[in-house]
Amino acid sequence: MHKLTVAQQAKALAAKEFSSEELVNHYIQRIESHDEQLNSFVTFTPEQAIENAKQADVRGKQGGILNGIPIALKDIFCTDGVKTSCASRMLDNFIAPYDAAVVTKLNQAGAVSLGKTNMDEFAMGSSSESSFYGVVKNPWDTERVPGGSSGGSAAAVAARLAPASMGTDTGGSIRQPAAFCGITGLKPTYGRVSRYGMIAYASSLDQGGSFGITSEDCAYMLQAIAGHDARDSTSVDQPVPDYVAGLNRSIKGLRIGLPEEFFQEGLDAGIAEKIQQACDVLKSLGCEIKPISLPNAKLAIAAYYVIAPAECSSNLSRFDGVRYGYRCENPKGLEDMYLRSRSEGLGEEVKRRIMVGAYALSAGYYDAYYLKAQKIRRLISEDYRAAFNQVDAVLSPTTPTTAFKVNEKSNDPITMYLSDIYTIGVNLAGLPGISLPVGFQQNLPVGMQLVSNYFEEQTLLNLGHQYQQQTDHHLQMPKEFE
Amino acid sequence: MALSTEDIRDIAKLAKLQINEDELDRYKQELSRILEFVEQMNQADVENIEPMAHPQDMIQPLRVDEITETNLREKFQCIAPATQDGLYLVPKVIE
Repeated sequence: MHKLTVAQQAKALAAKEFSSEELVNHYIQRIESHDEQLNSFVTFTPEQAIENAKQADVRGKQGGILNGIPIALKDIFCTDGVKTSCASRMLDNFIAPYDAAVVTKLNQAGAVSLGKTNMDEFAMGSSSESSFYGVVKNPWDTERVPGGSSGGSAAAVAARLAPASMGTDTGGSIRQPAAFCGITGLKPTYGRVSRYGMIAYASSLDQGGSFGITSEDCAYMLQAIAGHDARDSTSVDQPVPDYVAGLNRSIKGLRIGLPEEFFQEGLDAGIAEKIQQACDVLKSLGCEIKPISLPNAKLAIAAYYVIAPAECSSNLSRFDGVRYGYRCENPKGLEDMYLRSRSEGLGEEVKRRIMVGAYALSAGYYDAYYLKAQKIRRLISEDYRAAFNQVDAVLSPTTPTTAFKVNEKSNDPITMYLSDIYTIGVNLAGLPGISLPVGFQQNLPVGMQLVSNYFEEQTLLNLGHQYQQQTDHHLQMPKEFE
Repeated sequence: MALSTEDIRDIAKLAKLQINEDELDRYKQELSRILEFVEQMNQADVENIEPMAHPQDMIQPLRVDEITETNLREKFQCIAPATQDGLYLVPKVIE
């Protein structure tokens, strides 16, 4: 059953080939027998899952688009009554008192949560090594990282411990782990999916999205989670199209741009070759491939590492040891309680980013850092706007290398930051992006990123689906987990 | 931008973080390197460029001033480190 996609499972459930209870039980057993190698789950909720699966079986055809389908949630989405830790000691004791909007929507669609997945602490990282609960491993090679920050959600789908999962993407945190783990990952347009109840890192960049085996499965997930929510003031009130129905459109005549800046030094030659082969497939399907330019793309990482830390230093000021979360032992006074609760409760990378942000926002430095970064953000966004006058989608590798080794970059923040070079500009512009598996380089998955204009997720899903009709890279799975 | 040990102490104070003496040097180096890295931004000519805060340049939506949330005080307080009589407890501030 675990080799089936969400779409196939939904059909099998509707045809009563198996029940949701049987399906969920199967995944529970897989998690129990395989997750010790990966550490992809932080909180596993099998009893609740069985209970919800039974209810899904009762609903049957009256249920929603994901009725009875097991999923996993990144531990950044608040789930009522379930520990929601953000992989931080700060929230190790935090039982969320309400559901995130995404969780409510997935419940309404009938999905069954298997549990909460591991991640970089507060979503700050590109390797899932900074979790309070330990490093997550890549199922293709357990000496390597699954990418991050949504590494647990990506590893779980790659190892088929869940058919689909939810992640969040602030600088590449869905697309990069999808590429490293050989699965499909969709980051929707900023504002497409509500951020209500999604623990904030950098609010102007954060966006929830999904992982699946196929582009079609990401369409099922997006159908369930997209839509306006008055509780998130940055959520955009735009109609939600029928993403699943749009998958079968012909992609003939679609124009695809290759940014010349993304095919220069630093890109692994093997990856470049796989991307070329994927372009050839799209060309054979009638797409027109042409060069484009994103002249300010090189400034994206620098601007990001001002904007994201600035927003994080503000967002994470809420962790004060007063109302929830970690409080230090025997505080000597209020100030001591703030200082020690925060210093003991937060990890290294989180503290580093809070400090960079506090500095960038401090008196006398605002214009030189935050304001300048927001202006560069405009330049990057204008580059994409100009590109979308000429093309329907922008194509590049998702990452400059395949999955790196555990500890390879964890002692050097800057090297780690550079691994997000192709993904980060998309967040600054607020555009949707998808990563699709396009083959293997020395037995490690390679991902291709497609980016489209605002609210044009259907173009990405359509291109992904048509590409996946011609290829089988997305159906490969790591031998140890078959 | 090279930061001094004193800068790190100031930043930590702003961020309400306690940095131990033996960590100061490491933070000094790491933060200086990050700030040096982001100085790449100076390559860009941003004169007359409007800063961008939201990708859709949205205006702040307003809603009618009506109560829409239910009171979940007890649920919220049961996950607090210390409460009494419906209030959050912190260490004594005034003697």
